[in-house]
Amino acid sequence: MDMSFEKQTHILNACLQAGRILIENGSEMARVIDTMQRIAYNAGVVNAQMFVTVTGIVISIDNHPNAQVASIEHRSIDLDKVARVNQLSRQFAQQEIDLPELVRLLDRIDNDTPTFSFLVRFLAAAMLSAVLLIIFTHEYVDAPAGFVIGGIGFAIFYFFNHKFQVQFLSEFFSSFVIGILALVAVKLGLGVHFDNIIIGSIMPLVPGVPITNAVRDLVSGNLISGPARAFEALISAVAIAGGIVVVLNFI
Amino acid sequence: MILDNMIFQLIMAYVATICFGIIMNIPHQAFNVAGLIGAGSWGVYLALSHLGVGIAFGNLVAAFLISVASLYAAKYKKMPMMIFNIPSLVSFVPGGQSYQMVRNFAIGHTQTAWSFCVQVIVIAGALAMGFVLGEMYHRFSTYFRTEVIKKM
Repeated sequence: MDMSFEKQTHILNACLQAGRILIENGSEMARVIDTMQRIAYNAGVVNAQMFVTVTGIVISIDNHPNAQVASIEHRSIDLDKVARVNQLSRQFAQQEIDLPELVRLLDRIDNDTPTFSFLVRFLAAAMLSAVLLIIFTHEYVDAPAGFVIGGIGFAIFYFFNHKFQVQFLSEFFSSFVIGILALVAVKLGLGVHFDNIIIGSIMPLVPGVPITNAVRDLVSGNLISGPARAFEALISAVAIAGGIVVVLNFI
Repeated sequence: MILDNMIFQLIMAYVATICFGIIMNIPHQAFNVAGLIGAGSWGVYLALSHLGVGIAFGNLVAAFLISVASLYAAKYKKMPMMIFNIPSLVSFVPGGQSYQMVRNFAIGHTQTAWSFCVQVIVIAGALAMGFVLGEMYHRFSTYFRTEVIKKM
């Protein structure tokens, strides 16, 4: 197959860009590989080899001497970006857009996908805490305290994560603050059950995406990413538990 | 009374799913469907536990339902499946048990802590197993579909 060196490089870059966005925003590995494979195929490369892990991608195509690498330094969760890349790959498959357009749109997805404002996320986290508190414990008295403390805990997590980019530290610190606040609330008579307030308030911090992805990666046979994600979820859980344990020692 | 409580719980599960979806920043077109999946599976779980089914089987069935429903929702909405199944799962996370486990370890009641630990493992394992079964259903259904098309 004759294809200019330049075009091959463009294809490689488009694949890498798509894969990087997907992994950075919490997609499972089967989808990443599938999307990259499809982009390469629809761009005219029949045989593309790729090796994808949670921290980096390697891809090579036939008749092209260089394999390309993209490293993934930080991961966050933004499922809207995953959905948009998915949509874009579909459009590319139906030839609604061409390769340069694809690269341009991928850039746009990476940089300005709208997210919910902080206030909306804050309220959602607060609401989630209150609702799950009721679901898990079948008691209503602590719901207001759970609402406030859950929201504050999530806000602290959010700001620490943006400032320092160390997820486990933010989790530890915010669960520590949640514990302190729950203790204060019970002492001041604003809440009744210390345990229930904490159970509700830490729920917005639960690493739902790594857990789910760990299972899906393991099922699809990806023995590198599956355990890596399970470990990520485990460290998150330990960080959250650690923050609470520190507070429990004060009781 | 039980029915009242049930409807209330379903609304709670719906709200919880959407709230978790907002935190994960799922596309807003998916809110309603994800919420319905979360509420529906929670309803099935509640009904099963009223019938006296244990936590392991209840969670397994619920996770299986979430998985299968998300699959069809993903096809219907043309969005990745994870947009539906991750938020829906939030009501099933063994948060209370995990907390009790950590707490009892911290205050030195190791015996109680282990019993909660076993519960957490059982629930998490059942949820994972449910997802695996859902994935298997997906593979089987695509297999049958392609086979039928091939024969026709």
